[in-house]
Amino acid sequence: MKELAVFIKKEFRHIFRDGRTLLILFGLPVAQVFLFGYAITNEVKDATITVWDQSHDVMSRKLVTKILATDYFKLAGVAENYADISNGFRSGRHMLALVIPPDFARKFQQHEAQVQLLLDASDPNMANLLANYASGIIANFTRQELRYAPSNQIVTEVRMTYNPELKGVFLFVPGVITVILMIVSTLLTSIALTREKELGTMEILLVSPLRPGIIVIGKVLPYLLLSFLNAILILGLGFTVFQMPMAGSMPLLVLELILFIIAALSIGIFISTKTASQQVAMMISLFALMLPTILLSGFIFPIDSMPWPLQWLSNIMPAKFFIIIVKGIMLQGVGLEVLWRETLVILAFILVFTVASIKNFTIRLA
Amino acid sequence: MRVIKFLLRKEFKQIFRNKAMLPIIFVMPVVQLLILVNAATFEIKNIDLAILDRDHSPASRQLTNKLLSMGYYRLRARVASLKEGQLLMDQNKIDLLLQFPPGFAAGLQRDDRATVMLDISAIDGSAASIIYYYTNTIILDFNTGIMQRWHNLPEQPGLPLTVESRFWYNEELDYKNYITPGLVVILVTMVGMFLTAMNVVREKEIGTIEQLNVTPITKTQFIVSKLLPFWIIGMFEMAFGLGVGKLIFDFPVVGSVPLLFAFAAIYLVVVLALGLLISTVTHTQQQAMLVSWFFVVIFILMSGLFTAVENMPEWAQKITAFNPVTYFMQLIRMVLLKGSQLQHVARHFLVISAMAVVSISLAVFTYRKRS
Repeated sequence: MKELAVFIKKEFRHIFRDGRTLLILFGLPVAQVFLFGYAITNEVKDATITVWDQSHDVMSRKLVTKILATDYFKLAGVAENYADISNGFRSGRHMLALVIPPDFARKFQQHEAQVQLLLDASDPNMANLLANYASGIIANFTRQELRYAPSNQIVTEVRMTYNPELKGVFLFVPGVITVILMIVSTLLTSIALTREKELGTMEILLVSPLRPGIIVIGKVLPYLLLSFLNAILILGLGFTVFQMPMAGSMPLLVLELILFIIAALSIGIFISTKTASQQVAMMISLFALMLPTILLSGFIFPIDSMPWPLQWLSNIMPAKFFIIIVKGIMLQGVGLEVLWRETLVILAFILVFTVASIKNFTIRLA
Repeated sequence: MRVIKFLLRKEFKQIFRNKAMLPIIFVMPVVQLLILVNAATFEIKNIDLAILDRDHSPASRQLTNKLLSMGYYRLRARVASLKEGQLLMDQNKIDLLLQFPPGFAAGLQRDDRATVMLDISAIDGSAASIIYYYTNTIILDFNTGIMQRWHNLPEQPGLPLTVESRFWYNEELDYKNYITPGLVVILVTMVGMFLTAMNVVREKEIGTIEQLNVTPITKTQFIVSKLLPFWIIGMFEMAFGLGVGKLIFDFPVVGSVPLLFAFAAIYLVVVLALGLLISTVTHTQQQAMLVSWFFVVIFILMSGLFTAVENMPEWAQKITAFNPVTYFMQLIRMVLLKGSQLQHVARHFLVISAMAVVSISLAVFTYRKRS
């Protein structure tokens, strides 16, 4: 036990000596949470629109004013022909164009007016959103001009469960925690262990009286602590800056956090038993682990919308299960009675990778 | 020149000697591209639905059937109580709970007024608003239909104003066309940045940098020989990624491919110089990797890969003006999908060239032949 304590002390010294790494370890999650909280959003605001008004009458001007009165659109110049519009699209000057035909007011009176909305659909999501917003505003305009309001018999009462204000950051905080834990636990551990191999110091450790198990535990324990502190930091930011709720049980969340960190660590150890150089360890962690973790875990993209082979593949991402757990506890306020299956899966990951690492480790020594 | 040739040969030998690196450089990005393009979609294909019908009237059944006939609603359960529905939502089995209160049909007939309740799981806020939008549209539609039937209204006269929406450059709104070029940018950036960032620092860590430092090669020769191999790999990666993407996803190529590659050539200089810069200011590969990871993540998140830069708040847009990835991300889509020509993207070229000059000077300036 004493040996282990000394060994861990050594490892901590290694880590704390390296201020830059620490700064990034704690700076990155903070930057990410703020970016996701404030900068990254799908809400449309001030989309650039150009108008080709071929009538210049009272009616057409009214319509343009109505569209520009909203927060969604901002005028980015006028066009005189389709070439102007196309050039504007190609240089990124505007995102949509409204074409009003000649003689608009008269056609409107005769119920045969038609305006064209041209959208830059190179960004299809955005184009679709903008088309919906603009058509909505135009439909409203038409109704107002007609002074005809259809009576809405069926009233829909909507309740946005778990997230009444539809804050995007609620979805992202669990994701950011997961990604950071993967970086610290899997990536750094695999690199730290491979580093000893690459520099040759692993041999020295192995011939020391320390048992291999102790060496590995000593190497990963500090990272467990770092990961944990990091998770607490992100949670703290979520609570204080973004008013995230904590609907469920805090002790359960802490327990699940630790479980997931252990799973990530065991994957890191496993990678390091398989690789000989830090570069390879890093590339495997990054490309085979980080990107899929970000993309197949439901962090950014909904898993339900993916084609079935990817949905199936997402089941071997521990991150997917952890994100479900974090959302479940923090936002939905559920406990183990709902989340037992996900918890079991994470335990299974721990088991599989620990056994695989031990097997690999002994083989390598023999 | 001769010195550089030898140094280049050494670098290439080192890169290709590492058997594990080859699949990582060439195979992994392709696999990633294939997986990620399919994964990266915000589309909502299925809405899992539970119904709590306390009315049991023909009207409530008609509305239910109308919803289910749309194709993207999947009826998961008919529940008998709100609690039961809430539990299903807690278990992530449903996205939407539709409630008909007792007296729905009667209210509709008698008072011209009835209420339905929608409970939407809003953990993903933007998905929730889309679900609401869809569902509400269908309910309004049903409403209009029922009004016409019950009140025997004549066919509605044509509206005075109709809107025709045309989606240029991507009529079918195929998200793959948009995301594939973007992911090529990300792969080129990551491979370029990580490989250069790790390269010099590796020599430092192993100690071979000392050997290089005592040779008579100049700073410029050293930097050229460190950057050129990765520049070539990066350009290859770009061609490879685009080729594979084109073969499989068949996105349109409207604009000029040479223009795109001209930009990529300058862009890679920026990325590699940044990688080199990271490599010179760090001491271990672990540090180098973390620093580059930090920048790559921020660059990518702010690049407009998934979410349009135009939607960001003012201050964030100012920051993205300094993000090289944003420019490439915009340019690749402009050129490939919209056929933008040099005069449309002149600004992008100017900015990226300026960035290249600044970053390469910084890299040369920071690198010292001493440790």
